[in-house]
Amino acid sequence: MTDTLSTTRQASLDRTQRIRAGLRRRHLGETIFRGLGLAAIVLALGFVALLFVDVVRKGVPAFTQSNLHLAVTFDPELLKVDPAPVRDAFASQAEYTAASLKWQRDVAMLNWNKVVEASLRAAAPADVEIDSRQILTIAETDARHDIREMFVADPSLLGQTVEVDVLASANAANWIKGNIDRSLGDAQQQLSAPARALIDAFVENGTISNGFAWSIFTNVDSRAAPASAGLLGAFVGTVWMMLIVIILAVPIGVAAAVYLEEFAPRSRWTDLIEVNINNLAAVPSIVFGLLGAAVFINYLHLPISAPIVGGLVLTLMTLPTIIIATRGALQGVSPALRQAALGMGASRTQMVFHHVLPVTFPSILTATIIGVAQALGETAPLLLIGMKAFVASVPLTPLDQATALPVQIYLWQGNENRNFFEPRTAAAIMVLLAVMILLNGVAIYLRSRLEKRA
Amino acid sequence: MRNALYASAAVIALAAFGTTAAFAQSRDTIQVAGSSTVLPFASIVAEEFGAAFPEFKTPVVGSGGTGGGFSQFCAGVGDNTIDIANASRPIKAGETEACTAAGVTDIREVQFGYDGIVFASAASGPDFALTPIQVYKAIAANVVVDGALVPNPYTSWAEVDASLPDQPIALAVPASNHGTREVFQERVVTAGCEEAGLPEGAPEDACTAFRQDVVVEISGDYTETLARLNSDPNTVGVFGLSFYEQNTDTLKVATVNGVVPSKESVVAGEYPVSRPLFFYVKGQHIGTIPGIEEYVQFFLSEQMAGDGGILEAAGLIPQTAEKTAEILAAFEAGAQ
Repeated sequence: MTDTLSTTRQASLDRTQRIRAGLRRRHLGETIFRGLGLAAIVLALGFVALLFVDVVRKGVPAFTQSNLHLAVTFDPELLKVDPAPVRDAFASQAEYTAASLKWQRDVAMLNWNKVVEASLRAAAPADVEIDSRQILTIAETDARHDIREMFVADPSLLGQTVEVDVLASANAANWIKGNIDRSLGDAQQQLSAPARALIDAFVENGTISNGFAWSIFTNVDSRAAPASAGLLGAFVGTVWMMLIVIILAVPIGVAAAVYLEEFAPRSRWTDLIEVNINNLAAVPSIVFGLLGAAVFINYLHLPISAPIVGGLVLTLMTLPTIIIATRGALQGVSPALRQAALGMGASRTQMVFHHVLPVTFPSILTATIIGVAQALGETAPLLLIGMKAFVASVPLTPLDQATALPVQIYLWQGNENRNFFEPRTAAAIMVLLAVMILLNGVAIYLRSRLEKRA
Repeated sequence: MRNALYASAAVIALAAFGTTAAFAQSRDTIQVAGSSTVLPFASIVAEEFGAAFPEFKTPVVGSGGTGGGFSQFCAGVGDNTIDIANASRPIKAGETEACTAAGVTDIREVQFGYDGIVFASAASGPDFALTPIQVYKAIAANVVVDGALVPNPYTSWAEVDASLPDQPIALAVPASNHGTREVFQERVVTAGCEEAGLPEGAPEDACTAFRQDVVVEISGDYTETLARLNSDPNTVGVFGLSFYEQNTDTLKVATVNGVVPSKESVVAGEYPVSRPLFFYVKGQHIGTIPGIEEYVQFFLSEQMAGDGGILEAAGLIPQTAEKTAEILAAFEAGAQ
């Protein structure tokens, strides 16, 4: 009796142990899986953090610029030019324009470097010994254009002295910020020893001061005056392209998706189209660039390096994304909604446009913004349609030559003045990332807001 | 929603209209492309040109290498082809043929100065004093040992020549889309190859075949070569003299035949690896695209490409004023 009892107890003990062991195994499995998941997230975030920290660490110094405060004298001795033409002295507007252009060209041909040099010498300590070429390396080369433009705008400045802020040269900025190793010998330095000493003296006496580099946002790219190189041209080029993408890709994409999902009869043909749209979404972007170069530039004769071509190419790239996302959203709409609308006597068009589309609006919007953000960062196709050219002006229309933000990053990355442009490149990346984060933020905000409403 | 749809349709129609309108519009900006060596100079001139001539737009300057520039240049005549091709070597007969075939018959060559090619290594590394034959022996696929052509046995520079540092051979050279490559090939490799004295019956490509294990061909800009040097400090890179001069803090230059590359030694003709720089103008575009003649004159003016001009500060080696005057006269006279 006791025997049977003990065997039963033994059996139940065994069973408990088996269950416990099984449980332990399952718990262990779960712990391992959770741990791996967490590790994956930590790893991914770690890389993102590494990227951000690296870019920000390199880029932040580029947001300060070194300004030279100079008292510029428009010395009549240095500026020997006829007085500016006056409108009243000419019979017709055309004659005046011609005379004015000629005068402007005469002014441009004057040696403005002498004016810059004179004002630099005026700011320098009295006992400094430095030759013309050396002293001019301190101010950026566009200083003379700035000063000349002041004069063209107001010819009465001749003989006067004006306080002007100009940029210190890229090499001077490198020296001040320590982008170049200050302990290196003369042979390895970009600036001559007297120029370096004078820069330090200028920093000391307040002629050079550091400020926020608005020039990054307000200037176009520049090679002649690297310190003044900015992102404005590329930014406007990008804006034009994104406008074209939004204007073309959204209506066409949504219309295509609505037709395929709601109206097209199910057949082999629609299946084939669906497969192809999915394939298109996976086509590498460089292929679209080749297509754009062949069709838009060689066949349709659209201008090279123009945002309109870039916009069209990126539209082709963005279309599949928008079509797929919109179709997904339409499929997700409950059949009850459609049946209710149809049951109330609405036509199919009314059903789609009055009831189904409004519900999917948040998803379509999100898809659009994500598609546009993707297009925003796209570089490869733009290189093939001539948008990697050096453009020193702001594109006023989508037909003007332009570059785009990611291409500008690529161009700056290749600039010879490594010490100056490595931080600038990182700064450009920061601007691009900021625009993207902003766009994604808007997408998230709009989605949550509109979903609540719907 | 319907309104939005109508609005979109209208916008598409408008965009289509804008596209067709574009056909009629003639380009008013000079378009330049080509050699990445010439790119910095051409960009500076373009910028200054835009500032000095208020009636013209700032020319747009692209890169793509000398060969890439010529292929765009020779694509035909018309608004959607470039006006000027920058080149770091003279145009080849094959390229002229391609041009002629596409209708580009008026090609005007303009030489505007010189550039030197330098061998540079990491500033922290040892000094190099190279000669063409040493470079050839280091990188050729097959070299002459005891009168016979054998697969290249050298692994370190010191094995090539006892005067060189004991450092593994690694050379980053520009790929064939760069004009620099041709000068490197002609002045260094071919010169070294001839000096080495190939045996009778050597294959034709004995002078041009490189060892793929030590030679890295860079198809991008010099920054890519520099990145290569940074990742492997043993690498010796081929750079333009002007690029080296802008990065003296990280690069150390090698002498060639005992001559230190500098503006002076290039102008004097002492430094062997130098070359003239060119741009080619499509004569048929003069008159259609505004400002081309003025751009050329401005480029060659003393304040730009002349002695003491802005381009000299950017690393160009100016040619003599007489030579420039001659070239400008030839350009203005028309097709050669």
